[in-house]
Amino acid sequence: MGHPQSAGRFLRDEVRARRHDQSLWWVRQQRDAAARRVPDWEALRERAEAIKAHTASRLGDYLEEFERHATARGARVHWARDGEEHNRIVHGLLAERGARRLVKSKSMLTEECGLNPYLEARGIEVTDTDLGERIVQLDGRHPSHIVMPAIHMTREAIGELFHRTIGTEPGLTDPKALTEAARQHLRQKLLAAEAGLTGVNFAIAETGGLVVVTNEGNADMGTALPPLHIAAMGIEKVIPRFEDLGVFLRLLARSATGQALSTYTSHFHGPRPGGELHIVIVDAGRTGLLGADGFRRALQCIRCGACLNTCPVYRRSGGHSYTWVVPGPIGSVLAPSRDVVAHQTLPFASSLCGSCSDVCPVRIDLHDLLLRWRQEIVSRRVVPFGRRAAMRVASLVLRSTSLYERVGRLVRWGMRVLPRRWVAACSLGWARQREWPVPPRESFRELYRRTNGRP
Amino acid sequence: MGAREDILSAVRAAGVPACEHPGAAGLGVECDDLAARFAEMLSAAGGVCVRVPDLATADRALREAPAYRQARCVASLVPGVGVGTIDPARVGDPHDLAGLDLCVVPAELGVAENGAVWIDGRRLPHRALIVICEHLAVVVEAPTLVADLHQAYARLEPGGGFGLFLAGPSKTADIEQSLVIGAQGARSCLVLLVG
Amino acid sequence: MLTVALFVPCYVDQFYPQVAFAALRVLERHGVRVEFPEQQTCCGQPMANSGCASDAAALAEKFLRVFGGYDHVVAPSGSCVAMVRRHYAALVGDRPGVDHLATRTYELCEFLHDVLRVTRVDGRFPHRVGLHRSCHGHRELRLASGSERMVEPFDKVKTLLGSIDGITVVEPSRPDECCGFGGTFAVAEEAVSCAMGRDRILDHERAGAEVITGVDMSCLMHMEGLLRRAGASLRVMHVAEVMAEAGA
Repeated sequence: MGHPQSAGRFLRDEVRARRHDQSLWWVRQQRDAAARRVPDWEALRERAEAIKAHTASRLGDYLEEFERHATARGARVHWARDGEEHNRIVHGLLAERGARRLVKSKSMLTEECGLNPYLEARGIEVTDTDLGERIVQLDGRHPSHIVMPAIHMTREAIGELFHRTIGTEPGLTDPKALTEAARQHLRQKLLAAEAGLTGVNFAIAETGGLVVVTNEGNADMGTALPPLHIAAMGIEKVIPRFEDLGVFLRLLARSATGQALSTYTSHFHGPRPGGELHIVIVDAGRTGLLGADGFRRALQCIRCGACLNTCPVYRRSGGHSYTWVVPGPIGSVLAPSRDVVAHQTLPFASSLCGSCSDVCPVRIDLHDLLLRWRQEIVSRRVVPFGRRAAMRVASLVLRSTSLYERVGRLVRWGMRVLPRRWVAACSLGWARQREWPVPPRESFRELYRRTNGRP
Repeated sequence: MGAREDILSAVRAAGVPACEHPGAAGLGVECDDLAARFAEMLSAAGGVCVRVPDLATADRALREAPAYRQARCVASLVPGVGVGTIDPARVGDPHDLAGLDLCVVPAELGVAENGAVWIDGRRLPHRALIVICEHLAVVVEAPTLVADLHQAYARLEPGGGFGLFLAGPSKTADIEQSLVIGAQGARSCLVLLVG
Repeated sequence: MLTVALFVPCYVDQFYPQVAFAALRVLERHGVRVEFPEQQTCCGQPMANSGCASDAAALAEKFLRVFGGYDHVVAPSGSCVAMVRRHYAALVGDRPGVDHLATRTYELCEFLHDVLRVTRVDGRFPHRVGLHRSCHGHRELRLASGSERMVEPFDKVKTLLGSIDGITVVEPSRPDECCGFGGTFAVAEEAVSCAMGRDRILDHERAGAEVITGVDMSCLMHMEGLLRRAGASLRVMHVAEVMAEAGA
């Protein structure tokens, strides 16, 4: 089901849709308040963009440098061309060590790769330890937001879910109590885990280090207890220098939630004493984007979610209305690069308002990229013939001034004399909830001509 | 391995136009009162900052904290601040720290713009100490406060080992955007700012 | 005396001729000689926004032929001007004169504010007016600083409107959220489009607006459509109409 239909379904629950929109708008406002307190905010954005652009231009060197330094510190580095290969490597690491209980902190990459179902089918118990991710995991769904995975659920729904799955009392809806119950439940899982998997926010070429950011502390807990730490990263996560972290970290949490800094910004350099660190570097379509001149900028993304929070369409349709695991503006730019047919409605799920581009901490011109995708989708003939034909006809009419004037007169005449039902039926859905403009007897140019510009 | 070569050659074949690294200079904030700003931002992050002139006062301030008074199992990595009931260096398996109520840890510096402290993992017998305990107390010296993260990174050793910026207690807002302090890690974070 | 070519968006020509006349009057009142090149039809934005680049390019070429000889082209529309200024280069950038035309095509308020340096709009408009900041003019032409960016605040449209005697410009709680028109988005994503439009209207109503105004008649057409279906009394008027009526 494409975005328009899913969005329509989401909006039928008006109360839920309004709450969703207001919650996310509130987060956008938190971002604004935090950004306002940073006098060099716009300079930071430009700097972050420039660092990412430079990194992309020497990505091969930086990936090798990262691998060299990480290995020197005792980490093992693996490479995966796609999600399947990534999943095989992760499973292999677990199976070799007889590890059957894995805890995971947030990683959208592993969502892309479908890691959880892959491991579960092979007898591995996977526990997502981020509270929002655990909620959607228990609910059998994907996250609906890359930073706030369960933003689509009410406290009642979560209470109901916890009662069904982790045995909390029925009718428990207080967020504090629910979070406490999750703390106890997840603590058991973390203490019993045989391996911990994290995502990577930033991989530092200069030092071979990884930076993992959380508010809960689940990534630290999940890597400090079990002896095996697996870190999954996309190739675009590497940044050149240790000091570059200052630029990105001053932007990340403020853009994501309005916090000056997330609670835990952990820097891993090599495994912990007595433990192992395995880093899996994943391509999964990223080199394709890197080579696409017009779309390469999308790889600058630091997964803050600010574009989702500001997007008036995302706020009113929810993450599950999008056809890919990463929703919102950034998802709508990345998804078509994976499968342009499956995700053809996403670049059109936007009014091109441009708000996303202005909040993006790394200045990705998301709304321009969405437009570029529309052109790709048309030129590859993915858009249904009818739509292309309609635009062709319209363009042909508009190329001829006299034809345009005649068609305009005819349309207005039709709108005046035909039954309302017929006009509504021809309106392509405009008239479902809106009136159409009252058609004037004379167009501007007719009136101008007749009155010599002096009506 | 085939994958490594495939990926690196695809990356290099991508034809990305060259551009310079812009450097890190010229960014950052000014701050007249680092301690005040630090305390304000730590409070916004759910933590508490107590200014004390010396370690002895820090110790007294800690003993007055409810989290300390109620704690049965305590570890202190800062001599003179708090009295530990266990010595984490003698604990072989970090899982055995699960019952730790309060841990006192040293921090190398504090960042005024966000209320975070930098904890050097080499000073922790177990990394788990900063997340597994119910309550955290951090001791940091006021002269080590810096205005922003650029200054912080300038002071840190690139790639020193495990380390983290810690900004207040563990928290989440994953349920209806309702902020709850105490998710997986410490339920409270007291920073004793010394000097 | 400055001469400008009046560029009238196709849907304004067909459905809102009074808006084009208001723009003409406002320009003339400020001492500008206005010509209306009759061969013009459409800037090609609906085709471009649908991804039909070649269909849009054909119209861009026509636009270039019609308006290429003028020193100033002015339109009562932010999105059509944004099309010419920001998107023509990608469509027909190799044609001579495209870049030159792009720098000389203005939205009405920005022309008054930046070129004519108008600081006071004469006349009286004693009403509470909600300013709807249409996205393309707002974020692509930078008619105002915008709520997202941390820059020195400015707002060319609000400055002009605010200078009218008796007017009260009221602010909605979300100062520059999109109304949901978005061109073909209005029908392709009809449910979201209408939800967005209704929210904008409610926001303006709560701010106490009697009239919603903006630089793009497309946004206003969408909101007016919702208002009239609901039988509401809140009016929409293009900024040109507000200025023309004020000075009448």
